[in-house]
Amino acid sequence: MTVEHWLENAVADAERRGLSELKPLLEGLAQATMILRSATLTESADSSSPKEPGADGSSGRPAR
Amino acid sequence: MNWTIDQFARKLRARQVSALEVTDDCLRQIAADNGRLNAFTLVLADEARQQAREADRELAAGFDRGPLQGVPLSIKDLIDVKGTPTTAASRVREGHVARHDAAAVSRLRAAGAVLVGKTNLHEFAFGTTNEESAFGPARNPHDPTRSPGGSSGGSAASVAAGMALASLGTDTGGSIRIPAAACGTVGLKPTFDELPTDGVIPLSRTMDHLGPLAKTVTDTWYVFRALHGGTHPKLPEAQPARHLRLAIPRPYFCDLLDDSVRSRFDAAVTALRAAGASINDTELRRTDLIAPAYLHIVFGDAAAYHGPTLDAVPDRYTRPVRLRLEMARYVLAEDYVRALQVRQWLRHEVDVALRGYDALLLPTLPIPAPSLGAASVRIGTRDEPVRNVMLRLTQLFNLTGHPAISIPCGVTEEGLPCGLQLVGTRMQADTLLYVARAVENTLDES
Repeated sequence: MTVEHWLENAVADAERRGLSELKPLLEGLAQATMILRSATLTESADSSSPKEPGADGSSGRPAR
Repeated sequence: MNWTIDQFARKLRARQVSALEVTDDCLRQIAADNGRLNAFTLVLADEARQQAREADRELAAGFDRGPLQGVPLSIKDLIDVKGTPTTAASRVREGHVARHDAAAVSRLRAAGAVLVGKTNLHEFAFGTTNEESAFGPARNPHDPTRSPGGSSGGSAASVAAGMALASLGTDTGGSIRIPAAACGTVGLKPTFDELPTDGVIPLSRTMDHLGPLAKTVTDTWYVFRALHGGTHPKLPEAQPARHLRLAIPRPYFCDLLDDSVRSRFDAAVTALRAAGASINDTELRRTDLIAPAYLHIVFGDAAAYHGPTLDAVPDRYTRPVRLRLEMARYVLAEDYVRALQVRQWLRHEVDVALRGYDALLLPTLPIPAPSLGAASVRIGTRDEPVRNVMLRLTQLFNLTGHPAISIPCGVTEEGLPCGLQLVGTRMQADTLLYVARAVENTLDES
């Protein structure tokens, strides 16, 4: 499920439950989820090796 | 009197004061100030006096339980004390009475501590300002129009105001260190799973920590060792500052600081360097992932615990806490698992950053204690949500489980305390306390 689809469903469900105040909170959570997913470490079904969350894939640490 | 545990313990053994006298002094302070500060949800005056008399009797008979004997302590009202309600500062808990002491409380009793009462908190520990509480907000002793921090706000206020010599709190995203910084006390979050959390209402079972708040690092050490079950801990030797090797993770952790906090932090670093400490800069990668990973884990864990009561008695929660918990129920399992994997990666990142160093050095709280009711706070030219700012510098170490301590590092021009945070190697909280004591000594002398 994409984050956009999740957010749409969550907001609709919250409104159905009389919790429309949740909308801005869910939008904030959606932003956090997008960042989290940008760094996925899981093996995906179409690749064999997990990715690390380094933005450039580098493994070296900054010099001290 | 407003003594430290160390001072009181010496005077007690020199027969210059009794446990009953210091307990009465704390109870007088509570009677005088609790109406203003709202730090306590329950005061156990009769029970405390009885425990103090027993401590005095034991000492007179030659039975010495160690430095906590006869010491008045407060307990966060999230932790079971037999025969009293554990309210979690929530109407959801109406009618509850604890049938047993939490394991940590049993250990404090075994060390001879006197329990003067239970302290106010952010409802179910799910917040950092202490504003959302069935008892009303606890207030900061340095300025009662301001938050004492949270969620262990009543605990920090009780220590800072001399209502107890130390307190037992909990920390899931900074809930010991944040109020310690806001109220000018010391607060220790040990390594994850180092101390038992039986008898403590969970917020996140994978990030909840128990720990002490006290006036000094030495006092913190006494309570911490008692929580380990040791009743006669040896006082740690204070290292000279020139032996310290510290690293400051500047990017992210020093990017968003109130000017007054930055000034106090810089002054502390200068004092430590002048005393001979070796301090280098370092960097943690992907700090943008800290808050997203933290949120997904704490929300997932909290939703699992609160789901049944959200369905059964939703209106008994304060509205803001209920809404955050309802939001938490929308976290997807796949994102929770991603957050767990990011946590593991960040844990390794902190481990690597600590290699060659005694501790990481950073501020505890980016701002002084915020005004009660403030939803946002201005830092430089930016308005930031108070909740995000309060958690910004502490939550990583709940994710990773590293021990972390906040110690006072001066006050702002308005007289509001600032906190310095030290983060140590996992399962080496003792070493972290030695380092913290050396830093405290250096700052006291500067």
